[in-house]
This record gives sequence, structure tokens and C-alpha cells, in this order.
Amino acid sequence: MSQPDSISKTERDPVFAEPWQAQAFALAVRLSEQGYFTWKEWSAALADELKTEATLGYYEHWLAALERLVTAKGLTNEAALLERKEAWADAYRHTPHGKPVELLKEA
Amino acid sequence: MSSHDHDHQAVPSDLTLRVKALESLLTEKGLVDPAALDALIDKYQHRVGPRNGARVVARAWIDPTYKQRLLTDGTTAMAELGYGGAQGEHMVVVENTPEIHNLIVCTLCSCYPWSVLGLPPVWYKSAPYRSRAVIDPRGVLREFGLELADETEIRVWDSTAELRYLVLPERPSGSEKLDETALAALVSRDAMIGVAKVTMPSRGVGA
Repeated sequence: MSQPDSISKTERDPVFAEPWQAQAFALAVRLSEQGYFTWKEWSAALADELKTEATLGYYEHWLAALERLVTAKGLTNEAALLERKEAWADAYRHTPHGKPVELLKEA
Repeated sequence: MSSHDHDHQAVPSDLTLRVKALESLLTEKGLVDPAALDALIDKYQHRVGPRNGARVVARAWIDPTYKQRLLTDGTTAMAELGYGGAQGEHMVVVENTPEIHNLIVCTLCSCYPWSVLGLPPVWYKSAPYRSRAVIDPRGVLREFGLELADETEIRVWDSTAELRYLVLPERPSGSEKLDETALAALVSRDAMIGVAKVTMPSRGVGA
């Protein structure tokens, strides 16, 4: 119906479609407010991500830019992020319904 | 055995897990505080939005000296009403006139005047808008239902991390008797981006 590069307009977008988007948004803003990177550095990182194949949603690019920038700034590293992600998945798998999901304490 | 999976929680999406990994690692290191993150989310979800910008516009319409200050130094004039730049950026206000129509975009990412408009709509962040606003602004405006006269000059302003723009729309004719609050109610987000004009509500004119 509409041409591929037409601008799809909606009257009311939710500010964030899913909670992870809000968290990713706030993490970038907060880290910048605290001086771990400048907003200019952030914009450049985000612009870089948006240049890649535009099949991902906006906040997926946002998250990828955030991961790249915090890693580049040495705030954490890829291995730690991957390991922690697996730990969270594990925690969900092992937490009974109705209980808050918490990371298992490492011995 | 058979009910094993049902006794435990569903693993959320990969995106959710990635964000949780980031947040928990950075929190443990003391780099971010979850309460500060929640406060930011609440601010942009519920408290900051285009009503701020509408107040700025309405003030400029009724107070010529304010308008002058706003056009000369947007950052300071907006701060007078309590709206500060979230990332220390400079605010520039561009005025629409019968001869000139202004349109704002961020071609590289999604820079936007958060403090007066809130977070940008999805279309503002989309590749088609970001690329086409500069190449074919007239076509883009037409898609938004805004047909400008051929002789109207369109100026497109490309926002950056340090420089954010807000369009000061033309005050609609017929609004002379309205007070500041009533005027602010007329001003839409789209008018302050430049993809719409401000109009007086039609009074039950049958279609």
C-alpha cells in the first residue's frame, strides 16, 4: 500500500514499547550524565550503529551502541557481558514462579 | 517431571537479558544506581513532553520581548520557564513566517529537543524521515498533509548532539482573543518539529 520508504506516522507512539528499551535508554543517559562518556560520543556511537543495516528496531541499535561504548570505555568487557547474560537466563530457568528472579551467588 | 518447565519462569528475550546484564554489572561496579535509572524513565515517560514546548511557543506569541529573547538565545529563554537541556546542548529556535517554513530532523541519529518535546516519535527516528527530510522536504511535508505554496522557502535544520532546534510556528489567525493557556493547547508536537501548522479548531463545519 505504501511505498517502502514512506514515513509511517502514528498518532500516539508509546515512549517505550517494551521495558528493556526504557532501561537501555536510561543507562545511556545516566552514564553520560555521570561523565563516563559525553553525549557527543554517545551520538556518534548511535549514528554509527544506525548506519548499519536498518532492519533492526531503533532501540536494538541503541543497545548495540551502548554495549560497544561501555566496552570501549573499559566500564566492562564483552566476556563479562556474555557471562552475565547467561547467568540471568539461568536464574530465570531456576526460579520458581512467583519468586523474584535473582542471580545465583557465585561461590 | 512433565510440569517441570511450568514451575519455573520463562526466560525473557535476548534483548532483555542483554540489558539486564549491562545494568547489573554496571550497578555492581557502582557506576549507576537503579533508582536514578527509574527516575529518568519516569521523567521521560510521564513528565517531559510537548506540553513544555507548547508553553514556550504560547509565551513567545503573547510576549514580544520573550520572543526576541527566545530567538536570540533559546537555551536561556527556555530556562526562564524551567526547561533545561538534558545533555547540556544549545537550543535554537527557528521562526516560521509566511515566507519561510522550518523543518527539523537529525540525519545521523535521533537528536531532538527532549526538554521541550520529550522523546521523539518513532517516525522521526526512522531512516525514511532522516534521509528524505533533507532531499525532498516538500514531499515529506505533503505526506504529513501539509501542502506549502511553491514560493514558500523551506529550511531544514539538521540537529546534532550539541545543537537542537525547535520550530516556532506561526500564530493562527483568529486566535487574537485567546490567552496563553488556550494558545498553548493549540500547539502540537508536529507543529514544533515543522511537519504541521498550528490551526484554530474548526467549529462544527460539516464535512
